[in-house]
Amino acid sequence: MEPFVTLDGVGKNYGAVQALQHVDLQILAGQALGIVGHNGAGKSTLISILAGAQSPSDGKLTFQESGTSLPGYKVDQAQAHGIRCVFQELSLCPNLTVAENARILHPAIKGIGWKARARTLISEKLDEVFPGHGINPDDEVGDLSIAKRQMVEIARAFTRVESPIHLIILDEPTSSLDAIIAQQLLKHLRGFVDQGGACILISHLLEEILQSSDRVVVMRDGGIVDDRAARDFDRAKLVEAMGSVAKEHGNSGKTAKQRSTDSQPLVSIRPAQQGDTRRLQAYSGEIVGLAGLSGHGQTDALVDIYLEKRRDGQSPQKAVPMALVAGDRQVDGVFPLWSIGMNIVIGSMRQLTRSGLIDPEAEARLCKDWREKIAIRTPDMNNNILSLSGGNQQKALFARALASDAEIILMDDPMRGVDIGTKQEVYEMIREEAGLGRTFLWYTTEMDELEHCDHVYVFRNGAIVADLSGDEVTEQRVLQASFEESTDAQERSA
Amino acid sequence: MTAALSKHFKTVVGKPWIWAFAGAFAVWAATVLYTGGTGAGQILSAALSFATFSVIVGMGQMYVITLGPGNVDLSIPATMTFAGAVSMKIMETQDIMILPGLVIALLCGLTVGVFNYGLIRTLRIPPIIATLSSSFLVQSCAIAYGRGLKIKPPELLAEFTTAKIAGVPLLAICVIALAAVMSVVLHRTVFGRSVLAIGQNSRAAELAGVKVNFIRLATYAQSGVLAALCGYLLAGFSGGASLNMGAEYLLASIAVVVIGGTSVAGGFANLPGLWGAALFMFLLVTMLNTFGLSAGIRLLLTGVIIVGVITLAGGRRN
Amino acid sequence: MKSFVPSSRLLRSLLPAFSLTVILIAIFYLQPRAMSYFGLNLLLNLALPIAFATLAQMCVITVNDLDLGIGAFVGFVACVGATWLNESPLLGVAVLLLCILAYAAMGALIHLRNLPSIVVTLGMSFFWLGLALLVLPTPGGKAPEWVREAMTFKAPGLPTTIYASALVALVVHFALMRSSYGAVVRGVGGNPRSVERAGWSILKAKMSMYALAGFFGVLSGISLIGLTTSADANIALRYTLLSIAGVILGGGEFVGGRISPVGAVLGAMTLTLAASFLSFLRISPDWQIGAQGAILIIVLALRVLINRTGKK
Repeated sequence: MEPFVTLDGVGKNYGAVQALQHVDLQILAGQALGIVGHNGAGKSTLISILAGAQSPSDGKLTFQESGTSLPGYKVDQAQAHGIRCVFQELSLCPNLTVAENARILHPAIKGIGWKARARTLISEKLDEVFPGHGINPDDEVGDLSIAKRQMVEIARAFTRVESPIHLIILDEPTSSLDAIIAQQLLKHLRGFVDQGGACILISHLLEEILQSSDRVVVMRDGGIVDDRAARDFDRAKLVEAMGSVAKEHGNSGKTAKQRSTDSQPLVSIRPAQQGDTRRLQAYSGEIVGLAGLSGHGQTDALVDIYLEKRRDGQSPQKAVPMALVAGDRQVDGVFPLWSIGMNIVIGSMRQLTRSGLIDPEAEARLCKDWREKIAIRTPDMNNNILSLSGGNQQKALFARALASDAEIILMDDPMRGVDIGTKQEVYEMIREEAGLGRTFLWYTTEMDELEHCDHVYVFRNGAIVADLSGDEVTEQRVLQASFEESTDAQERSA
Repeated sequence: MTAALSKHFKTVVGKPWIWAFAGAFAVWAATVLYTGGTGAGQILSAALSFATFSVIVGMGQMYVITLGPGNVDLSIPATMTFAGAVSMKIMETQDIMILPGLVIALLCGLTVGVFNYGLIRTLRIPPIIATLSSSFLVQSCAIAYGRGLKIKPPELLAEFTTAKIAGVPLLAICVIALAAVMSVVLHRTVFGRSVLAIGQNSRAAELAGVKVNFIRLATYAQSGVLAALCGYLLAGFSGGASLNMGAEYLLASIAVVVIGGTSVAGGFANLPGLWGAALFMFLLVTMLNTFGLSAGIRLLLTGVIIVGVITLAGGRRN
Repeated sequence: MKSFVPSSRLLRSLLPAFSLTVILIAIFYLQPRAMSYFGLNLLLNLALPIAFATLAQMCVITVNDLDLGIGAFVGFVACVGATWLNESPLLGVAVLLLCILAYAAMGALIHLRNLPSIVVTLGMSFFWLGLALLVLPTPGGKAPEWVREAMTFKAPGLPTTIYASALVALVVHFALMRSSYGAVVRGVGGNPRSVERAGWSILKAKMSMYALAGFFGVLSGISLIGLTTSADANIALRYTLLSIAGVILGGGEFVGGRISPVGAVLGAMTLTLAASFLSFLRISPDWQIGAQGAILIIVLALRVLINRTGKK
C-alpha cells in the first residue's frame, strides 16, 4: 500500500503543555486506521493538525503526491489534498436546507440549476451511505434530529464535485447514530477504503474500531504507544495498551471512607440521560470523582447540580451553598476585564457586604489571605486576571470557590492545562478542605486525580455506567467502563 | 520623580472618560474664543442644565448596555413622556402633590421596566425588539392620557428644576450627587458587581453564583425608573409635559454612554464619562450654533462623531 | 412515513399570510366599500415604499444585524429625489449610487471592527438626517415626472401596488432564497464559522447585504416621493420602526439568517392596512401606535406558542 501522507516527528505544545510529542505515522491509501486513547492522549490534536486547523510546533507532513508542504499548511490546502473531516461539533447551517448546506461546501455548484445539482449530489450520497435515510434534501437542517444532522454531515463530507477525496477523518462519527445506521456508515467506509481511499476513525466504541479498521494506533500522553494490525488486538489488549503500565496500584494506598447507609446524602441526582435508577450521590466531607471520556455528560451533571435544575422529589440537597470551579476558564470562569482580586471576591460578595456596601478592607484582606494560602504568583492582586499564567488563573478560580461559604464545591475538570507543581498544591488543599468537612464533586479527565477520590462515578453517553469506591477505583476499571462494554456492542451490531 | 509623574499621567490618560471632558472643554473654549469671551459662563450654566437630563437617562441606559451585547433600552423616550404626562396631570399644579406625583411617575417607570423584561423573558426576544414594542404601547398611553393638554407643573417644582446657586443649576448638583451614588452602586455593591460580571461573561457569572435573571430584571426596571424621573423633572423644567419631549433622548441616552467611554461590549462602565459626554454633546451644538451653522450640519456632525467614537473605541471583544 | 400534522415551521410560514387575510376581512367587514379597485388602491397606497424599507431591513437582519438608520436614509433619498434627481438627473443618480456604496462601506466597517450595528446605524441616522436637511432645508421639492407617473399608473384589474409588491417579493425571493449565493449569505446568518471554513468571505457577504439594503432604501425613497410628490427630511423617520415590525410580522427572525422576503412584503402590507383598520374601528388615533405595538407583541407571542406546541 502507498502512503498518502507521512508524519515525521510531529509535535505540538500549548505553552508548557506538550499535547503531542514526536509522532511518526504513515497514513496509507486503501487502509482504515483506527485511533484509540483516553482523554488527553493527543487524538484531537493529531487530527486537527492533519486537517490543517492547527499547525504543528515541530516535525513535518509529507504528501506522497506533492512532497513536503510545511509551513503554511492550512485548511484550504488540506482540502486541496483531498482531506475531509467530520467533527463531533456540527458544522452545518441550521437555517439552510440539506441541499443548500451541500452547496456551501462546493463553490463549484452555482449557476442555473444549482439547486437541482446540489439536491442530486447530496441525495445520491445519502442513498449510497445510508439507504433508507428518510431525509429530504429540501428539509431545513434545524428541523432534523441530531442523528439525521450527523448523517447529513457525514454524507456531505463524502460528496465530491471536482477534486477527488483521498482521506476521510471521522471523529466519533457514530456517537449520535443508532446501531443500524452506524453499521451502514462503517460498511460504506469499507467500500471507500477498498477503492483506495484512506480513512482515520476515532471512536470510544472499541468493538467498532476492531471491526472496521485494518490497523489500530493506540495513543497515550501525546504519543503513539502501540501500532499494529487490527486483528492482533482484542478489546482487553486495547484497554491494557491505553492505560499507563506504571500505575497499577489504583487507590490501594488510601483507605476509603465507609459510606454510612443511614445518613442523608448531601447531593443526590439522576443524570438527564440515565435510563435506570442509578443516582449520583455525595455525602458530607467526601471527595467524589466523575470520570469517563470527556464530553459524556459530566459537566452537564455538575451544572445541573449547581443550578439546581434536576431536583426531583428524592433530592435532599437544600439551600446548601455551592460553588463551581470552571475547567474551561475562558468560557465559564474568568471575568477578563477584572483584577485578580475582583475575580476572587465575586464568590463572596455577600459575606463582605457591610450595610449594603462591599467593604474594601475586608475585600483586600480576603485577597491577601488567599494569595498567600494558595500561592498565586503575582506582584499585585489588583493586576488584571489575564496577566496570570493559566495555572495561576486556575488557582484564582479555586480561591473564588474556597473563599466562599460553599459547603459543596463542584469542579469541572479544573486541572486542564495546569502545570504539575500547581496541581500538587491544589490536591493538597482539596484534601485539607475535605478534612474540614467540605464536600467535593470532581469531574476529571486525568486518571491520577481519581486517586484522591473516595468514590468515583464513571459516565458514558450522559449516564452513570459504573459506581466505584475505595479499592475498586483502578485505571483498568475506569477504562473498562468508559469504553462501551461488549454486550452493548453486540446489541449494536445485531 | 519623573517615573511617578509618568505613571500618574498614564493613569489619568488611561481613564476613558477623560476624553469626553477634554472634548467638552475644547468645544467650549472654541465657542468662547469665537464670541470673544462673552457668555462663557452662561454657556456653561446652560450646558449643565441640559446635560443633567441626558445624564439621568444615560445612567439607566449605561447599566443596561453594561449587561452585554444586545442589551439596550429603546423605551426610554416613551417612558419619559408617559411619566411626565401622568405626573403633571396628577399634580394639577398643586405644590402639595409634588411628592405623590414623583412617586407615581417612578411607579410608571418601574412598571414599564418590569414589563420590558417580562417580554424579553417570556417571548425570548432580543431586548431591542421587546423595548421597541413596549415603547409603542407606552407612547400611546402617554398620548391618550395627556390628550395634548399641556398642564403646567406645580410652581415649586418648576422653581426647583430651574433654580441656580451662583450660576450652577441646583438640579445639576443633585444629579452629580446621584451619579456619585450610582458610581458607588456600580463598583461597591453586589448589584453593581453582578451587572459588570454579567456583561463580561454571563455564563461565568451564573456559574459564580450571580442571579442573572433577577439582576437583569432589576437593571431594566432601574432604567425605567430613571427615565421616569427624567420625564418628571424635564416636564417641571420645561413648563409641562409634551408628547415629543422624550424624542431626542433615545439617541442622547445611547450617545452619552458610548462617548463617555463605557464599553458597548458590556462589562465595563463609568459614570463620570456620562457627564463629560453630555456636556460635550450640548456644547458641540452650542458651538455650531454660534458659528452660525445650520441644523443639517449639526446633525451630520453628531452622527459622524458617534460613528467615529465607536469605531475608535472598538467593539466586542473576540 | 410522513406525518400529516402540519409542522410548526409550516404554521409559522403561513402566519404572515394569515394576519394579512384576517385584517383584510376585518376591513371589508367594517367598510364594505373598501372592497373595490378604488378602495383597495387607497388602502394600499403607501404599501410599496414601506415594503421596500422592510426588505432593506430584512437584508441587514439576514446577517444578524439591525439597521436603526433606514428611516432617515429613506428620507435623505426622498430629498435627493425631489431635488437633484429632478433638476439634474445625472447628478441625482450618481448620488444615489454613492449612497448604496456608503451602505456597503458601513457593512464593512461593522464587520471589520466588530461593532454593534445598533449604535453605528443609530449614529448614521443622524448623518442621513443632517444631509437631508442640507439638501432640502424646508419641506418641498418636486418629484421627477417619470416617478410620479410610474407611481400613479393605474393597472387593470387590481391596484398597481399589488402587482408591484408581488413582483418585488418574487424577485427578492429568487435572489435570496433560490440563488446559489443567496444560500451562502443566509448561511452567514446561520453559522458564520462553518461558511468561513468552507472558504467564503464573510466580509463580502455582509457588504453585499448592506449594499442590497441601501438599494432597497433608495427604491423606498424614490417610490415614496412618487406618491407624495414633494419631500421632507423627516418624511420617513417612522420607517425604521415600521420596517423592523414588518420583518417580524413577515416571519423573519432576528438572528440566525431565517428570513422570508415574501413574508416581509406581506408584513409591510399588513402594517399599512393596520393603520386603516384601526381608524375604521374608530380607535382614536391616540392608540394607533399602541395598537401596532400590541400587534407586534401578539404576533411574537403566537410564534412562541407555535414553537412550543411544535416541540411537544
